[in-house]
Amino acid sequence: MPEVLKAPLVVEFPFTRSLGPVQSAFLSGLRERVVLGVRTGDGRVLVPPVEYDPVTSEELGELVEVALTGTVTTWAWNHEPRRGQPLDRPFAWVLVRLDGADTALLHALDAPDGPDSVRTGMRVRVRWAEDRSGAVTDIACFEPYEAGQAAAAHAPTVHDGRFADPVTGIVAPARLDYTYAPGRAQSAHLHALAERRVVGERCPSCRKVYVPPRGACPTCGVATSERVEVGPRGTVTTYCIVNIKAKNLDIEVPYVYAHIALDGADLALHGRIGGIPYDQVRMGLRVEPVWPDGGGHPDHYRPTGEPDADYETYKELL
Amino acid sequence: MPAPMPTSGAAPRSVPRPLRDIAVVAFAQTDHLRTSDELSEVEMLMPVLHRVLAQTGLRTGDIGFTCSGSSDYLAGRAFSFTMALDGVGAWPPISESHVEMDGAWALYEAWTKLLTGDADTALVYAYGKSSPGSVRDVLTRQLDPYYLAPLWPDSVALAALQAQALIDAGDTDEPALAAVASRNRASAAGNPHAQLRGPVPQGDYVVRPLRIGDCPPVGDGAAAVVLAAGERARDLCERPAWIRGIDHRVEAHGLGVRDLTDSPSARLAAERAGAFERPVDTAELHAPFSSQEVVLRKALRLDDRVHVNPSGGALAAHPIMAAGLIRIGEAAERIRRGDSDRALAHATSGPCLQQNLVAVLEGDPR
Repeated sequence: MPEVLKAPLVVEFPFTRSLGPVQSAFLSGLRERVVLGVRTGDGRVLVPPVEYDPVTSEELGELVEVALTGTVTTWAWNHEPRRGQPLDRPFAWVLVRLDGADTALLHALDAPDGPDSVRTGMRVRVRWAEDRSGAVTDIACFEPYEAGQAAAAHAPTVHDGRFADPVTGIVAPARLDYTYAPGRAQSAHLHALAERRVVGERCPSCRKVYVPPRGACPTCGVATSERVEVGPRGTVTTYCIVNIKAKNLDIEVPYVYAHIALDGADLALHGRIGGIPYDQVRMGLRVEPVWPDGGGHPDHYRPTGEPDADYETYKELL
Repeated sequence: MPAPMPTSGAAPRSVPRPLRDIAVVAFAQTDHLRTSDELSEVEMLMPVLHRVLAQTGLRTGDIGFTCSGSSDYLAGRAFSFTMALDGVGAWPPISESHVEMDGAWALYEAWTKLLTGDADTALVYAYGKSSPGSVRDVLTRQLDPYYLAPLWPDSVALAALQAQALIDAGDTDEPALAAVASRNRASAAGNPHAQLRGPVPQGDYVVRPLRIGDCPPVGDGAAAVVLAAGERARDLCERPAWIRGIDHRVEAHGLGVRDLTDSPSARLAAERAGAFERPVDTAELHAPFSSQEVVLRKALRLDDRVHVNPSGGALAAHPIMAAGLIRIGEAAERIRRGDSDRALAHATSGPCLQQNLVAVLEGDPR
């Protein structure tokens, strides 16, 4: 069996999310160096505040301002910070109950003296980020604040939650890195493409040949393993005309994207049709692959010049 | 002050029997491996589907309902569950559903489908390939996107916060956590499918107080179960594992709202599944971190008379999205073999045991 292929795959996307009134006030407040909580029907103050009571599901809206100092309720020492985390040097993850709040907020604690300097019950205070945009990361982290012991004295004060130019949404970028491995059947298919051959796999039960192969016959639910070289010529079974230019794609519109049944295959694959005006492409057109330099998937398919295939020969592949 | 989750008092109410007797009649799983580069998801899953069907003699066309659990985020492959369906043989079209959750929740959906009488048999499967990505980071994407996800708190960090809370509360300490880890992996010595079998050094801290040994192995795997109702179950299996009750409950997503040393959702699910009506002899707990077994033993009232995780549990093999379904399968398998008469199976989802499912399985009297 040929070597299994692998390639890096980065999945990266910005999530744009709108905020409810409570979240908007909280994040706008962080931008203005104010921490708000929300009071529940039974008088508890939730920080960070939520739109609905997590126990009763009652809608919440009574905002209060809490202190910028608080108490660690639990912690965990992170000696190897990971991408995206609040600090790039070793730090403690902490849940902090701010003075005046009844619940705790997750964040990082900058503790330059190491894990032995951190304990549950220790006093901490907010360290603000220099650039604040209305996000939980406007709190850069917490820092030790052993001077301020008067936790019990702080009573939250009512806040109207109004700020000039309130934040109404966040954009949360996300990036995940993978090593993509396509598996046995697709690795073999890709290896063959590198040699300008198109190789599918035959189902041992229904005898259909799948190109590209995915390792299983979707009809019979059994492994395909018998390799079958198909094409290179094939027949356009159906097609569409693309009129909108895709971003980052260097192909002039309009162009034709088609289903192509390669000779010997029982499933059509997709490809672009070139070498012929877009309005002359038709069902039954006979085509062949045009290979890119250096191997890989065909760049496109072009007419062979043969007579069109009879409809009866490909109607089952539509 | 943690948010209280309503539960009834100490005396468990009597839980009515399900409308239909439904049982696990077959179970199969892959060997769970650190990587499975040479196999696509369907290539990994398909042998398990074939084995579980072969145990019952059923073919795809005989199955009334099919339900699966998986997550595209794990391997970064969009719509991987539709590709996985190739392994079922979904033609002529089958009655099918999918949950972006552990397969235990797919089993719950299948169980409700059978309860309605719409189907008499169900195939449930789940798979996860964690090897292509960085699962600690991938799991941050399931968190609250406003207050948590922007901080990228990884799955070990969140479990470590819970472990420290348990230590502070006097519920455990590092040696006790190490003992949980080593007991599970010693049990796994008898489980040919487990990824970690026998002694594993506790090693260094990953996120203190959790050490390497307190964390589940990262790996790839799949599992499948067949459910059947009534007499059909007895036809298909010599000793079906009857689902006497099954329930799942979820807690608030805010970690700072919860009491991390307890699991009121697991307790409530267990109560509603009838787990407290009579003692169980076996429990398969989906506790990916050693500290979470401490929480679950307390919430589920499991004492030393209960054989906990004879399979080695999630500390021995943790194919994400399948590890909960495997707990149900392992419990059912022990009933089928006559090693258990009444077993509890548990599955979890979300950070720090946020959501919990409990099933109570029983064999026919011997």
